[in-house]
Amino acid sequence: MSDNLDDFRTEIAAWIADNLPAELKGIPRDENTICWGGRNWQFASDAQKQWLERCHARGLTCPRWPTEYGGGGLSRAQEKIFREEMLKAEAPSPLESFGIWMLGPALLKFGTDEQKAAHLPDITAGKIRWCQGYSEPGAGSDLANVQTRAEDMGDHWLINGQKIWTSYADKADKIFALVRTDRDAPKHLGISFMLIDMETPGVTTKPIRLISGASPFCETFFDNVKVPKEGAIVGEQNRGWDVAKYLLTHEREMIGGGGGGLMSGSTLSDMIGTMDPAATADPVLRAEAMELEVDAMAFALTMERYKDMAESGAGVGNASAMLKYYGTELNKRRHEIIMSAKGSDALDWGHGAAAPWLRTKANSIEGGTSEVMLDIISKRVLELPSK
Amino acid sequence: MEKLVDTGDEVMLRDAARGFLDDAAPLTAFRANRDAGRPYDPALWSEMASMGWAGVLIPEDAGGADMGHRAAGILAEEMGKTLAASPFISSAVIAATALRAAGSDRLAAIAGGEALYALAVDEGAKHAPASSALAAKPDGNAFRLSGRKTFVADGSSANRVLVLARTSGGAGDAQGLTLFDIDAERAGLARTASGSIDARDFATLDFDDVAVTGDDIVGDVDNGLAALGPGLRAGQAALAAELGGLSAGISAITLGYLKERKQFGRTIGSFQALQHRAAHLFSEIEVTASAIANAGRVLDHDPDAAQVAVSLAKARATQTARLAVMEGVQMHGGIGMTDEYDAGFFMKRARVGAEWLGDYGHHAAIVAASRGL
Ligand SMILES: Cc1cc2nc3c(=O)[nH]c(=O)nc-3n(C[C@H](O)[C@H](O)[C@H](O)COP(=O)(O)OP(=O)(O)OC[C@H]3O[C@@H](n4cnc5c(N)ncnc54)[C@H](O)[C@@H]3O)c2cc1C
Repeated sequence: MSDNLDDFRTEIAAWIADNLPAELKGIPRDENTICWGGRNWQFASDAQKQWLERCHARGLTCPRWPTEYGGGGLSRAQEKIFREEMLKAEAPSPLESFGIWMLGPALLKFGTDEQKAAHLPDITAGKIRWCQGYSEPGAGSDLANVQTRAEDMGDHWLINGQKIWTSYADKADKIFALVRTDRDAPKHLGISFMLIDMETPGVTTKPIRLISGASPFCETFFDNVKVPKEGAIVGEQNRGWDVAKYLLTHEREMIGGGGGGLMSGSTLSDMIGTMDPAATADPVLRAEAMELEVDAMAFALTMERYKDMAESGAGVGNASAMLKYYGTELNKRRHEIIMSAKGSDALDWGHGAAAPWLRTKANSIEGGTSEVMLDIISKRVLELPSK
Repeated sequence: MEKLVDTGDEVMLRDAARGFLDDAAPLTAFRANRDAGRPYDPALWSEMASMGWAGVLIPEDAGGADMGHRAAGILAEEMGKTLAASPFISSAVIAATALRAAGSDRLAAIAGGEALYALAVDEGAKHAPASSALAAKPDGNAFRLSGRKTFVADGSSANRVLVLARTSGGAGDAQGLTLFDIDAERAGLARTASGSIDARDFATLDFDDVAVTGDDIVGDVDNGLAALGPGLRAGQAALAAELGGLSAGISAITLGYLKERKQFGRTIGSFQALQHRAAHLFSEIEVTASAIANAGRVLDHDPDAAQVAVSLAKARATQTARLAVMEGVQMHGGIGMTDEYDAGFFMKRARVGAEWLGDYGHHAAIVAASRGL
């Protein structure tokens, strides 16, 4: 691909125009249109399948990953241009998954060459769908308290325990899970980051319904599950906490990114024409919306500045907790305003605004709550004392 | 696209500025100026000028350093951290930018630090350039100015005044205004210093039949807002940067206190209620810093399209500074309310900075309008 950014823009815009199936142009992003991929994936349309295959062939499902694993090998500047052109062309994302957002970055950093070769190509191709097995009934904010046990049985690990809030566990092919491999060590030092196939005998899932109506997450049970040792643990045994934390910073940036309006895509100005005139004229609602625009624009610039910082090697570290905290709180504000703006129209499930509004309430819980983010900032960034 | 992090040169400029200011303009210097009734220290300004700060936005062939708006913002940020008082924004930023855009031959005097400018634009309690009514009556080939300008920053210490007067139309018309550049001692101009809460120089300027000629005009007759625009935007961005620095300055002092003060047998910074508020303030400061850096970048690369970026920075910086000084005083308890302690200085400067060159509502409205609201 071209090194010159202007050439690259022209080239990638042309590629999108040539390859995007017409029926996908401008399609709204929701649970029915997202492509998650996986062994049992039912494509919503031939177009969805085509789009995934074409993007994958060009490395565009994971634009910045190395080409040897099916990535695009793009620089950040190129990736940004690619995303801008996708937006301009109203092209949907070809593939989304926990593999792309979370596991991939962790494998690229901590995985062995064998593990990378075994898993990354399936992620970029959308062949394997992953889920995240961190939380347990007794380990939420206090994640290092995970109790799911992995016993060393020589050639395999024997897993027993329960995970909860596992998003899409019932649809996923594999799970990356935090399991306790040493029960005597201090709690952060006895955890391993393990890869487990969901089809292994003894793994079962039970969906839990959310306030937004959908049942995207599950309880996940492990009952004498045998995991062959070869390649099972990412990073060092008993050092899974390091991998988990690294992965969480990616997850947090991804969830926080919604605050800039990037994830939800809808801006208030898009809606204003469709609002009840009484709502448009409401000075309080208008003022709230104006303040939100100010904060959201400044937050979008902050996402950019933090990426620049990461790229320049300055490192962002724990300050990324700020992105997660700020972005998710902004996103909640945005949807509160959208609901007010739409008034009673939005109260009918069929209208479509209520489910996303309710779903955003989880943004400040999933991936670490806002309170936990504020704890991280105050203790690790501001170095405030503990006593 | 330009990055929002400081370049190597900018890091050096920031470090040099910090080193100089810690030495030459610490908070104790601000207090000494305040106690002496001196809005700023002319010797400090001479030193700043000799380091190129007065000419930061002036071309090299006119004796300037021509470092650009992001650099000016970095200097303003560093000055804001310790409340270093100087005519920097009025002269080196607003006047320099407006006069440079108009091709004025007074730039060298600004870069040298001798020309001290004040911008006389507002007439009411809120920033509203288009509402200017100060009359410029034709008098042969010239004009005569009569009326009052209020809240003129550096108004009583300046030796030159940029004044926006109405040559045609009525108050509220964006057209019909003309910008004049006159000597502050010109006959008929009376300047009265106000007792500004931030201990800096703000003045009311009364124009009584002040004679001005075609030579005094900046830009074109009846098109004064266009002539002033670049200067105003630059000033707003620099003021936003100063407020960003001010927020960081008071927040650092407050964090220091949280780590030191003990109550109930514990450091107060160990109370989660205060930790979370401090972390929230950190977040606001970080988000605002991005808007400030961006405003400088856009002014440097696309100045004519910079208003939204500048307004975003000024709006954010105003709100963040307000939060920073309120938390600053509250988290200090009683001592925060004493004149002997510095927190109050930050609070008063933040309030002045909130109003000067357009308040939160003024700038938020510009940002929101760009988003169709
Ligand atoms: C939609 C959704 C999807 C999710 N998906 C996944 C997934 O795929 N995989 C997965 O592993 N997990 C997932 N989670 C779980 C999520 O990570 C946890 O819910 C989260 O970490 C909080 O844990 P908890 O629910 O046990 O709440 P708790 O930790 O019990 O928290 C309850 C309240 O107490 C507060 N609190 C806790 N500790 C402190 C403290 N020290 N100081 C101050 N306040 C505190 C919290 O902020 C919160 O307000 C998901 C959650 C949601 C809502």
